Parts: sequence; C-alpha cells; structure tokens
Amino acid sequence: MTDSTNILSIRNVYKVFGDQPDTAMQMLRNGESKDQIFDKTGQTVGVFDASFTVKKGEIFVIMGLSGSGKSTMVRLLNRLIEPTAGTIELNGKDITALGDADLLDVRRKEMSMVFQSFALMPHMSVMENAAFGLEISGIERHERERRALEALEQVGLGEHGSSFPHQLSGGMQQRVGLARALANDPTILLMDEAFSALDPLIRYEMQGELIRLQKEQERTIIFISHDLDEAIRIGDRIAIMEGGRIIQVGTPKEIMSNPADEYVETFFKGVDVSKFLKAGDIACKESGCTIRINGAVQPFDPANSQFGYLLDGQDKLQGIVPLNEVDASDSVDALLSRQVKQHQSIYSDDMIKDVIKKVANASYPVPVIARNGRFCGVISKDLLLQTMSHS
Amino acid sequence: MSEFNLLDPFQFLTIPLGDWVESILNYLVQNFREFFRAIRWPIDQVLEFSEAILQSIPPLIGIILSSLLGWQLAGKKMGVFCAITLFSLGLIGVWSESMTTLSLVLTSLFFCVVFGVPLGILSARSDRVERIVRPLLDAMQTLPAFVYLVPVVMLFGIGNVPGVLVTIIFALPPLVRLTNLGIRQVPEDKIEAARAFGCTPKQMLMKVQLPLAMPTIMAGVNQTLMLSLSMVVIASMISVGGLGQMVLRGIGRLDMGLATVGGAGLVLLAIFLDRLTQAMGERSDTSNTLHWYETGPVGFFVRGYRSMQTR
Repeated sequence: MTDSTNILSIRNVYKVFGDQPDTAMQMLRNGESKDQIFDKTGQTVGVFDASFTVKKGEIFVIMGLSGSGKSTMVRLLNRLIEPTAGTIELNGKDITALGDADLLDVRRKEMSMVFQSFALMPHMSVMENAAFGLEISGIERHERERRALEALEQVGLGEHGSSFPHQLSGGMQQRVGLARALANDPTILLMDEAFSALDPLIRYEMQGELIRLQKEQERTIIFISHDLDEAIRIGDRIAIMEGGRIIQVGTPKEIMSNPADEYVETFFKGVDVSKFLKAGDIACKESGCTIRINGAVQPFDPANSQFGYLLDGQDKLQGIVPLNEVDASDSVDALLSRQVKQHQSIYSDDMIKDVIKKVANASYPVPVIARNGRFCGVISKDLLLQTMSHS
Repeated sequence: MSEFNLLDPFQFLTIPLGDWVESILNYLVQNFREFFRAIRWPIDQVLEFSEAILQSIPPLIGIILSSLLGWQLAGKKMGVFCAITLFSLGLIGVWSESMTTLSLVLTSLFFCVVFGVPLGILSARSDRVERIVRPLLDAMQTLPAFVYLVPVVMLFGIGNVPGVLVTIIFALPPLVRLTNLGIRQVPEDKIEAARAFGCTPKQMLMKVQLPLAMPTIMAGVNQTLMLSLSMVVIASMISVGGLGQMVLRGIGRLDMGLATVGGAGLVLLAIFLDRLTQAMGERSDTSNTLHWYETGPVGFFVRGYRSMQTR
C-alpha cells in the first residue's frame, strides 16, 4: 500500500512560544530543559527537536495526550504556526523558506486541513463550504461547484449541497469539512483531531469512511489524535509525542513489541491488541505438528500436539488429522481418509478480532494460511488468550 | 489669595484652554473658510439627491414600496407594520416633514457607513489604531452637542448640511465600535480554517470576517440611525428642517400640539427604521436557510415564474 518515497521530511523542528525565541533556542542548544527555560525566560517550548518522515500514500498518526504539542506540530507543517528552527521539506521543497505567495500556493494546492471544531462557515451553504478552498484559489464558479459536488458525493453528502451547516448533525458537518479539504485535491491531508468531537458511534463510522476513501485514493494523510484505538485502527505508522518531543515512530506492532521508553509502554498498556495484530503475526509453527505428504508420508514427530497438519510439496494445507488416530506407518490415503471434515482456516492478514470466534469454536488449533495458499502456522486457544492478555 | 497655596495650586496654575480654542477657531474661520465650504459639497449632493427622491414619491406609492421592502426583509407581518407606521405619519399630517427628516438621517447614515465601517475594520486589525480611535469616539459620544454646534456654525454656516455634519459626529461612534467588535468576535477557528486554505488578508476580510460580523455591524447601523434621529431635534437649532423643526417651534411658541405632533412623527419614524434595520440584522444572521430571492415579494414572483416555466 505504501511505497517507500518520502513525501514529507521534518528535520530538527523547534517551536518556541514567547517574545524571545532566540534566547530560548540558545538555551536549548546549551542543553537546558524546557522547565528551566520557562522559569528563566517565560518562553514555552511547544515542539522540541522533532524529526520524522512521512511516506507517500500512508496514514501517519501523530498521537499524544493534550499538551503534548501534537496540534502545534501539525500547524507547523502548513505554517499556520511559524517554526522557530528546523526544516520541513515537501517533495524536496523547503516549506520553511517559502515567501508569502508560495506559502499561499502550498496551502491552496498541497495541504488541506480538517479541524476538530469543523470550522465551517455558517453563512455559506454546504456546497459553498465545500467549494471554499477552490473559491479562494480563484477557480471559476462552474468548475468549483462541479469539483465540490464530486467531493460531497465522495463523503455521501451529494444531496445536501443547498443545506446550511447548522442544519446538519455533527458527523455530517465533519463530512462537509472533509469534503472541503478533498475538493482541493491536496497532496497531503492534515486532520487535526478531526473525529474527536464526534460521539463514539459516529467516530467509528467516520474512521471507516476515511479508511475506505484512503483505499480508493491513496492520499497521504497526517492524522492527529489522542485516542490510541483510533490511531491503531487507521494509522499505518504512529508517532508518539510527549511534552513537545517525538518519542517514537513506527507501526503499531513495532511500537507495541518494542516500546522506546516507559511512557510509551504504559501508554500502550491495556490497548486491545486484537485490533491491530493480524493472524499471521501470531501464528505459531511449533505448536502444530506438520506432516509432509509429498509422495509418501515423511517421518514426523507428534511431540505433545494432538493434531497433525498435512502439507504437500508447496506447503499447501491438505487436511488436519487427529494424531491419536494415526501413526507414522499409515499411507497418504489412510491419513487423508481420517482428516477432520470441512476444517476451518484463517487468512494471515485477518485481524485477530475477526478470528476469535473461529478459533473458539474449532476443536483443533486453527491453521493460518497466506493469501498465496502457503501454510503459516496455527492459532490455538491458548495462544489466542496469551496474546489477548498481553497487558 | 495672593499667596501660593500648595494644597490648591490651581489658583495660579491654569492653562487657558478656552482662549486657545477660540483663537484657533478664529484662525480657522479666517483662513480656511473655503476649505470648510468645500466639505459641504459632497454632503449637499447626497442630501439633495435623497430629499428630491423622497419628496417626489407620492405618499401612497412610498407606503406601498416600503411595505414591500419590509415584507422582503422580514416577512408579511413586517410589511403590514411598515404600512401602518407610515400611514399614521401621513394621517397626523407630517408626511413631508418626515421625508425631510428621513433624508437627513439617511444622508448621515450614508456618511457614517462610508467612514465608520472602514474605521471599524482598521481598529479591528490593529490594536494601536484602536487605542487612538477609542478616546476620540468617547469624546464624540460624550461631548454635549451644544459645544460643537457653535463652531460648526462658524465654520460651515447654518442649514441642513451642517446639521447632517453634527449628526454624523454624534451618530458615528456606535458603528465604529460595533464593526470593530463584530470583526474581533469572529471565532478563531474560522479564521484559522480560512488561513489554512490560503486566504489572503483581503479574502479573509471579504469572505469571512465581514459576513460573520454582519449581524453586529447591522446592530451598529441600527444604533447609528436611532442616534441620528435623536440628534435631529438638537440640529434643528441650527435651522435644520423637518420634524425636529416642528418640535423646536412648538416648544418655542408653547404650542404643545405642534410639538407633540412633531414628537409623535419622530417616534413613528424611529420605530419604522428600528424594526426595519433589526430585521436586516436578523437576515444577515446565520440561522436563515432560504436565499433572499426565495422569500418575500421577490420570492412570490420567482415562484410564480418557476411554476409558469414548469407548466
């Protein structure tokens, strides 16, 4: 889904709020802490030495609690807040060095933003709101209304063009906010806690909507969130922020299995791993006894397992047999005749949360199969419970 | 008396502010009279134009037109209300005087909007401008009208034009204040969104700040109108015509009937203008869902036209 080209690279970005940013920067270079700087000069360090890259076509979630600097971070990207130091490169072009006209151009064409508070214009109809960015860019009426309608249809509001924002529910208003950003056809979509003001059900629905849109268009999205479940659900990669610093960047699984520090670890405690781990991530080869049946039955070691998994030469699963009914001297046909009828299997890219029922209902550890048909391992009830009780 | 008393230093320590003002004024009158005459010109034009129109419209047509306007702006009830107030004006026999007063008020409103709204925008944009403008506005509002009535007469003479001028001085402040307030009160998130989509400062003003500040600005227009009307009576002392003149003459002759008729005319006119501008303010509010051409008499004709086309 993501190719490896970096679309945005952020290097050593700092933001100091206050009237003496230079003094504060000097003190930061001398290694003084945020608190020391605040005590001595009254300057607040909002973002501290942030460096990361965003790949083309991924959903990159910046995640942190309130006050961690995540909202400041995203506003540094389109310079709604001017960075104090550092460089932000979009496709190799340094945004921090742009003049006013070029900056406006970046905001109009390259980056669109969706806001937590929706920030729709109450005096404009839904259609005019969706066309707002295009209107600002000076696109003529007919063309902008066509594109705005397209964007509204993408978010399922094609019928509501002539309504006004206050006539819509919160979820619908945020769809308009999303359509307004999509209508500009931006390279990067910045979403600042876009779903945080919505109630949980609508939020879940909107997350699904975003994932669906992303499948269709493969846009680069930078999503700010304080909700770990949301970050894990929609994010390809996550950056964890705390106190203005970026502590760790990685896929949910990487962060989970290898937290950078105690903060990240406690943060991820209690997270529902079944929502982001896939069957292939936990499938275990050792716990099931595999029996090769290419031509003849190869010798196998029943060890302490109760079921044998019959694999052909290409590692394809042929059947499951209860080991107490067979022994090593049986022929291939004899083994196949004793197999469990209509056995269940799981694809390796199924989410754990979607396979719980299958594993629970099967009388044997359920085999996991890659999309190309190769056998990856099995998931037993024990293994599932161990995984789920991670925290 | 002759000794200097520290506790009351002002026996000796005074500045002759009154003398200064007088000599400055004399200097201005002697040397810049032509300049002040020139200022009269634009006001004169607008005033003559509006008065010519208002006086030339026959009363019944005037009543019908303004009821239609009221209907368009705020529905049928408003239309009926406009008709009743204006009809009463005619009934008590002050139609012509009312139109003179109305033209005075509208002229001063015109200049108040021309100067007040940009000044309000400027002071909303810069705290420094606001700091300078605010005490000026305070002075304009609190200085008794009689104080500047005399200098204005010395500089501009008497008649309707200087009357409009003193009315502008008195009625301008609320419009500036409320324009400033309205723009400053535009929610921060809307401003931020507009910036994020690449608004230039001019686009920000025209497409976001002014439309969102419009209800507050309309409240300022309403206040300006009301203050103008109340100033009309005072301005009649420098020979401004209309309803104010009636009141002044009535008081001068102890003719309570005349004064009351003039006063009642002013009140009716005030109610008419107040309701109308309030309705305009509500229109520009965000809660209406129909376009202007879908309501009122225009909407009536538009609907008629559409149904004819579909047939």
